[in-house]
Amino acid sequence: MPAPLVNYIALAAVMFFIGVAGVIVRRNPLVMLMSIELMFNAANLLFIAFARVWLQNAGQVFAFLVITVAAAEAAIGLAIIVTTFRPEKYVDVDDVRTLKG
Amino acid sequence: MIAFWVLAVILIVSAVWTISASKPVYSVVALLLNFAALAVTYVTLSAEFLAVIQIIVYSGAILILFVFVIALLGSGVAPFAMGPNRLPKIWAPAAIVIVAAFAFFVYAISQAAFFAPRVPKGPVGTANAFGSVADFGTSLFTVQLLPFEVTALILMVAVIGVITLGGEQMSDADARRNEAKVERSMREAILREGGD
Repeated sequence: MPAPLVNYIALAAVMFFIGVAGVIVRRNPLVMLMSIELMFNAANLLFIAFARVWLQNAGQVFAFLVITVAAAEAAIGLAIIVTTFRPEKYVDVDDVRTLKG
Repeated sequence: MIAFWVLAVILIVSAVWTISASKPVYSVVALLLNFAALAVTYVTLSAEFLAVIQIIVYSGAILILFVFVIALLGSGVAPFAMGPNRLPKIWAPAAIVIVAAFAFFVYAISQAAFFAPRVPKGPVGTANAFGSVADFGTSLFTVQLLPFEVTALILMVAVIGVITLGGEQMSDADARRNEAKVERSMREAILREGGD
């Protein structure tokens, strides 16, 4: 083990909350999606660190699953962004008010 | 241990850069740096197959998708302070929420007990070691077969969803073009009547 597990947990937590901050603060849907990717990767880092500590590669398989979900989410999310913001001048989530009635 | 701290600094700095860059393209570059550093971290955690997957899927596929969409939308043209990239508007409440959540997380970690890590059979990179392709594949196709099948299902759902969204956009464009044609013919008819 190159570093104690607590270090990896702390690093993953910092990365996760940077991603949360990005989703909360930014209004650009592309950057929000990238922040979600940051959160996915923080979770992946935890999965792999715990897999390494316990020498169980179920954690690695689950990280693989998370990567798949992230790829699917990015594809669908970007398709939604393209269909929603193609006619708009600026890409801003606050401009989407169609569901407000 | 030194590798961990270097990688941690790179990861955190690039993550902050990702969410604070003024243009989405810069965010993509920062995210690329983040993913590369994460791949190196995975190697230090003896997950070599996942490090390769991280480079191929994240840096290769997902980030290129982001770059394509940025090129398609031409976003980020508005100024940082007033455009879609404005940052400081809800900065204070966001900071409070995040610091509180992080403090709770640190408290939870400090309450937890950790086991001493076990030592793998061989060093990283040896054949059939923990996290190698053979080890990962054996586990993926025997014990973890159901999650693997679920992965296939998720990918199929994603493909169907993207095709549905793209097709909808195309039919929408067709309808819009028809609308414009009808409007133009009506305007021409009005002009003709006015001329008479």
